[in-house]
Amino acid sequence: MIRLIAKKELHSLFTAPSTWWALALLQFIFAWFFLARLDDYLQVQAQMAQMGNAPGATISIATPLASMLCIVLMMLTPLFTMRLIAEERRNQSWILLMTAPVSASQIVLGKFIGLLALLSSIIFTCGLMMLLIALGTQADFGLIASNLMGVWLLTASYGALGLYVSSLTTSPIVAAFVTIAISFGLWMLEMSSGMIRALSPNVHFQSLNVGLISTTDVSFFILFIAGFVLLTIRRISHEQGVA
Amino acid sequence: MAIRILIRADILGYIRRNSKQPTSYCMPAITTLSAQQLTHFRGKHCVVSDVSLTLHQGEVLGLLGHNGAGKSTTLQMLAGALPPSQGRISVCDFDLSTHPVQGKACLGFLPEQPPLYRDMRVDDYLRFAGRLHRVSADKLDAYLETAKQRCSLMDCGKKLIGTLSKGYQQRVGIAQAIIHQPAVIILDEPTVGLDPTQIRDIRDLIRELGNSSSVILSTHLLNEVENICDRALILQQGKVVFNDTTDELRRHSDIESSFIRLTAMQPESAQR
Repeated sequence: MIRLIAKKELHSLFTAPSTWWALALLQFIFAWFFLARLDDYLQVQAQMAQMGNAPGATISIATPLASMLCIVLMMLTPLFTMRLIAEERRNQSWILLMTAPVSASQIVLGKFIGLLALLSSIIFTCGLMMLLIALGTQADFGLIASNLMGVWLLTASYGALGLYVSSLTTSPIVAAFVTIAISFGLWMLEMSSGMIRALSPNVHFQSLNVGLISTTDVSFFILFIAGFVLLTIRRISHEQGVA
Repeated sequence: MAIRILIRADILGYIRRNSKQPTSYCMPAITTLSAQQLTHFRGKHCVVSDVSLTLHQGEVLGLLGHNGAGKSTTLQMLAGALPPSQGRISVCDFDLSTHPVQGKACLGFLPEQPPLYRDMRVDDYLRFAGRLHRVSADKLDAYLETAKQRCSLMDCGKKLIGTLSKGYQQRVGIAQAIIHQPAVIILDEPTVGLDPTQIRDIRDLIRELGNSSSVILSTHLLNEVENICDRALILQQGKVVFNDTTDELRRHSDIESSFIRLTAMQPESAQR
């Protein structure tokens, strides 16, 4: 059942022209940024060659690329998550799922996995672009892998947040705006200090960004995702009135 | 579930064996849907109060009432789309609040607005609806053909739902409700937006469905009730004012004046 709903979700995300526009635009921005960073790197490369322990190509090109990808996906994910539940409610098709013999967790997990499949495909194509570095020089594959993992975890976190907000409202626009607002709020927490700072997913991305995979950060992401998915399941099963 | 069915089969067999009466007579009609004291509040406003009904296999029940009488709310509660504030619903012996998955598997529901995905093709959508209602993969194609044939959708399987006219969308909605051949079919104003020929076809279909399953439908058309329903239930301001056979409704006068009489006298007794 989860697979059925996930497949349907992916199918309907990919039949919407807006998805293709978003993907194309994202690839364009990403390629532009990639070329700009590559250009910068080539200009300073001669000077850096004289320094001892100078930063390599991967850390100068792929790392900033990954952090930009995070910000772009943070703004883009709400546009996908608003379709998952809020738009179905507005189109009256939600009632099909509510009267079907499926549990709330199957609906929510199906939708979340469908969303993750779409986001993974975006991250995958961007990962391919990072691997282009290997054509010209020796790339640091470990760093690229940790960056992609970080981007994936961060995007999945914002996806889970968006899914929950989407389950609270019947208006897709409200869902998208509220999700963007909360995401920006969490991003801004990065500038504060102490305990509050630790609540920001973007802070936990930073160590993955420089190639450090720590249990703390990975478990933060997993807890964040699981928390919001569980909240969504609770919300939907409450709506179903399941005792 | 299997045990329950076995027990029931045993009891039925026992009754049949020990009965002097002809077999067909003592075969009790199986209750497929029963609702007790359904009440629904929207905020503080009571939309449906204390509605009880039972539906047997092979029975067609018509739900009548003015606009805003609580017909759609009642049907949504029966279909499990809206949890009732009070009351119990059981479908094929499964309580909807404790065994929602098993109960909903025996239900087909067409809401007021058909729950369609406009960007899907008719075949894909019906396949999805069938799979969602636990039709196994090997039976799916046969069920799809039957549902399309019953709703005369044979020639538009490849079309996008969003491009279909309202009447066709309504038919896709009905096909979605019957594709898994459920024991209980709930239709909220099934003939709205259809042309006279289609209305006749859908009525024939409902009568056909009523032979094997139980059907409950809401409508504003009194002749529809007269033609296809075995029983009628009239709601007025969320309360049941009539629940009996359609023959009973016709006994004193014609069905229209009975309906008007029943729905007009309710407000005074409601102001108790």
